[in-house]
Amino acid sequence: MSNKEFTWNRKHLIGLRELSREEIEYIFDTAQGFEQMSTRSVKKAPTLRGKVVVNLFFEDSTRTRNSFTLAANRLSADVIEFTQKSSSVNKGETLLDTAKNLEAMGIDIVVIRHSAGGAPKFLSKNINACVVNAGDGFCEHPTQGLLDTFTIRKIKGSLEGLKIAIVGDIAHSRVARSDIYAMTKLGAEVILVGPPTLMPAKINQLPVQVSYSLDSVIGQVDVINMLRIQFERMGTNPFPSIKEYSHYFGLTVERMKKAKKDILVMHPGPINRGVEIESEVADGANSVILQQVTNGLAVRMAVLFLVNQAAMTKE
Amino acid sequence: MAKSILIKNGLVIDPANKINQKANVYAVDGKIAEVSKYEPKADLVIDAEGKLVLPGLIDIHVHFREPGDEEEETIASGSAAAVAGGFTSVVCMPNTDPAIDDATSVEYIHRMGRQTRKTHVYVMGAITKARAGEQLAEMGFMAQAGAVGFTDDGSGVQNTAVMLRAMKYASMFKNIVISQHCQDNSLAGSGVMNAGYNSTVLGLPGIDPLAEEMMLWRDIQLVRKTNMRYHVQHVSTAKSVELIRQAKNDCLPITCEAAPHHLLLTDDACRDYDTNYKVNPPLRTEKDIEAIKQAIKDGVIDALASDHAPHLKSEKDLEFLAAPFGIASLECALGLYIKALIEPKIIDWPQLVSIMAERPAKIISVDKGTLGKGKQADITIIDPDFEYTVDVNKFRSKSKNCPYAGWKLKGKAKYTIVGGEIRYSARGN
Repeated sequence: MSNKEFTWNRKHLIGLRELSREEIEYIFDTAQGFEQMSTRSVKKAPTLRGKVVVNLFFEDSTRTRNSFTLAANRLSADVIEFTQKSSSVNKGETLLDTAKNLEAMGIDIVVIRHSAGGAPKFLSKNINACVVNAGDGFCEHPTQGLLDTFTIRKIKGSLEGLKIAIVGDIAHSRVARSDIYAMTKLGAEVILVGPPTLMPAKINQLPVQVSYSLDSVIGQVDVINMLRIQFERMGTNPFPSIKEYSHYFGLTVERMKKAKKDILVMHPGPINRGVEIESEVADGANSVILQQVTNGLAVRMAVLFLVNQAAMTKE
Repeated sequence: MAKSILIKNGLVIDPANKINQKANVYAVDGKIAEVSKYEPKADLVIDAEGKLVLPGLIDIHVHFREPGDEEEETIASGSAAAVAGGFTSVVCMPNTDPAIDDATSVEYIHRMGRQTRKTHVYVMGAITKARAGEQLAEMGFMAQAGAVGFTDDGSGVQNTAVMLRAMKYASMFKNIVISQHCQDNSLAGSGVMNAGYNSTVLGLPGIDPLAEEMMLWRDIQLVRKTNMRYHVQHVSTAKSVELIRQAKNDCLPITCEAAPHHLLLTDDACRDYDTNYKVNPPLRTEKDIEAIKQAIKDGVIDALASDHAPHLKSEKDLEFLAAPFGIASLECALGLYIKALIEPKIIDWPQLVSIMAERPAKIISVDKGTLGKGKQADITIIDPDFEYTVDVNKFRSKSKNCPYAGWKLKGKAKYTIVGGEIRYSARGN
């Protein structure tokens, strides 16, 4: 358990890189408190009554947006859905103008997803409302990193000393980055696995190991997180074919035979069945993919609750 | 205009004539008459006690945005910024809208420069029509109209055959340089900052140093083949410096320039997604800065050039991914060079004057950059001890996209004299 004296004072959740271990654990403790709510017959608390949350999504998303909407609803907030294709120079309203417009409507919390890394940070510097990052470019996806880590902690008790593989397109993955920050801060060892063409620059300067061979890693790890292959990124042709990718980096039934018996299989969704993960594995006994979704709700309730509380304290 | 002008008691630094001593500079009818101990009678006398009297400074790389983006900068506003910064000559880049790719456009820039009556305004024409990198622009006609060189700046000429043809063709004209923004677009991709640890944690697409180095390496081979005089714009990486050093050792006709931001800022500055640090070539690392400074010390870098690239606040107030590249620094460039090079004693004043006046003049083949007898009286008088804080709201430039806002700098132009005429005087600020 975290220190009882600890007080959360961030009114924005931009990324996990800037959070301390204590802060991450505090979110988890708060999330645990919200977990039981889903099992009650009346699934609602008055915590954010009278508050307005806007889901400002410039990129397609179903599960993250629904999860945030449901989390806000459970806390009795009013939710506005705002969906728009990414802004670019000289085309349509700028992000700054959009934000100022929302602010003029008196919103309290902005949940933003954007294709540009840094967009949530930019927003937080320009408006008074709380900003929660729901994924920015390939920078961070902090609530996904939190829910992944929360799921592991719940099942394994602690991350201390665990070995975790993150497999796939690391270069373009905000999930990988947020996972790395959260998991290593909580004491796990992270091994990144994928072809060199999908590793970002100077990745060795992060506290991780890098491997190009899933076969040599699969037997050592306690958790394996399979990233989704993003077909929209395939324009740069980072590998010759899906078939060849699956051959080297797909999580198959065959490969699972080499894994530890109690390995946790994770995936941030949506799954490309038969590409990065075979159906039998995704639906198998080691898979915690749906638990991740369930836990995501509690984690997002905790985040909305905490940033709002920090904003109220500051007023 | 005063017929004669005497600048007395200043420390005259004129490396071309090996002068670095207290002397009086006397100009008559817009030309240097003599630099000596004498005090001839003059219509106008400036007491430069405690000041440095230099050949007019030359910035061979500015963007004045005219024609096309006059809300960002005009030749008038840019020229006012230039003289306030101590520059008596500037070279405008051709990436305007439309691009400066024919003689009429070259003449237009010259005319606007003359009308403004601030700094000398020179221009480089585009190598290819509309800077599209495909068909050669009329370099001969542009050269006749007074273009000092050619470049597709803003981007490099990607197609090797086109670049080879351009260099071969241009080699028949005298006093012309082919200048390149070295960047292989296939490697740079959609990058917006240096590829490295910072781009990785910021989640922004990076531009690998190799993008610059590959095109530079290619062009050096083309220089070897054509012997065309070639200039490398805004060198940003340690490896580029090494390639140029080697090419110079091989006696190839190559020159290069460095920009103030590549002497003072690293990609760490991008950490807060402040788009005023978004520039192309991007801010690199401490190691690259050290290599560029060493090359300046060794004389491998021929010129300092601001790459003054003005943009509106509304354009820069965007996501880092969407904002345009560029830093506006013309008015404070001199102070930045002093901070980067003089204060840490990497070079001395004569060396600085050499790479801000004498050698830039040679790159663009103009008879300037010295205080020799009979030369045009372009003179910059500097107060090397004057301390000031960069205030973008006082910029004459229309744009304020300057990451040095609030920086404390030392050393500023007090008088900028162009053709014997005072075009700028500081009057106490």
